[in-house]
Amino acid sequence: MSNQEKEPMFSAKNLKLFTAPLGRDNPITVQVLGICSALAVTVKLKPAIVMALSVTIVVAVSNVVIAAMRKYIPDRIRIIVQLVVIATMVILVDQFLKAYAFDVSKQLSVFVGLIITNCILMGRLEAFAMANKPWPSFIDGLGNGAGYGIILIIVAFFRELLGSGTIYGYPVMQKIGIYSTGYENNGMMILPPMALIAVGLIIWFQRSRNRSLIEKK
Amino acid sequence: MEHLLNIFIKSIFIDNMIFAFFLGMCSFLAVSKTVKTSIGLGVAVVFVLLITTPVNFLVEHYVLNKGALAWLGGGFADVDLSFLTFMVFIAVIAAIVQLVEMVIEKFSPSLYNSLGIFLPLIAVNCAILGAALFMQEREYQTVAEATVFGVGSGIGWMLAIVSIAAIREKLRYSNVPDPLKGLGITFILTGLMAIAFMGFMGIKL
Repeated sequence: MSNQEKEPMFSAKNLKLFTAPLGRDNPITVQVLGICSALAVTVKLKPAIVMALSVTIVVAVSNVVIAAMRKYIPDRIRIIVQLVVIATMVILVDQFLKAYAFDVSKQLSVFVGLIITNCILMGRLEAFAMANKPWPSFIDGLGNGAGYGIILIIVAFFRELLGSGTIYGYPVMQKIGIYSTGYENNGMMILPPMALIAVGLIIWFQRSRNRSLIEKK
Repeated sequence: MEHLLNIFIKSIFIDNMIFAFFLGMCSFLAVSKTVKTSIGLGVAVVFVLLITTPVNFLVEHYVLNKGALAWLGGGFADVDLSFLTFMVFIAVIAAIVQLVEMVIEKFSPSLYNSLGIFLPLIAVNCAILGAALFMQEREYQTVAEATVFGVGSGIGWMLAIVSIAAIREKLRYSNVPDPLKGLGITFILTGLMAIAFMGFMGIKL
């Protein structure tokens, strides 16, 4: 390995690994991974942020673990190995949330456990960590977690603002006195169907800005 | 009996896996292009849920819960393995899916040919693990309740994917704005169908 040049830690290539999933290669709107949990936890900002952080941590760490072990994992049983690594991380996150943020953990209910079957994890482990070194895998994990988090937070922001009139629990709509003009909260926004429609609209917006993403048929 | 029927109806219509909890969305979006394949996947999901939910129920009650290992002898009465829930559930699901695949391949090659490609996909379908976790969270008391809940969830999921596939087949002839084609319009359609399904919430069971 002596003739192999050492890559700087924050090279342009690594930086791109982080920024691509935020927009052009977003896990939710472009790769269509991890939709299930993305929709169910976005009624309020707080659980959405907690969920985004949990997923980011789990993706980044399990990416590193799998990347470090990639040469020792037999090909036939790799799915089980990946599942075990992911499940271990999710158990740690779940126990941590139960200990330090019990109310949020109750709100997220089964969706913390469902991080295990979140397709972003398996997708990134299969597509990236199995073929790359730990450090780029870590950045790739962070980037994909963040790309997932951004969509979650955008959806949660609008659903909380329009549905409950608050932002992160702070009663914005009441403070600016909009209720006295006859404004009402839109109860529809906190119901499950609006999450689907909101993501649909985000996809529409993103694809009309970046026409190369449009599906050809 | 009436009680079981209530759970069944509730898990199909009111607590529909897709329209109320968005579980199994990934395969729902990917495989709902034609009615035929979506029926195949739907049947496979019902089948796997029918087996995994009661097995996970038994595992939870005789292995994982606090004091559940008492049947092994007095020394195990205090063992609490509930922190292992996620790992055991996903292992059980992956193992059963593999087993089901082998059994079907052996005894019914024709069924295997129609379900075959979908079975491995199902191990990481969130609807399966989701059903196991909901079964735990809602504290169903007997194996019968868990089984009925599992089958009901599966049928609800199948109903959703088959109906969205039927709409998408017709949608091919409509003039959708370019950026909304494919994924975008499917999301919005699912949202509209979910609004329709919310009508079932009024049913008192």
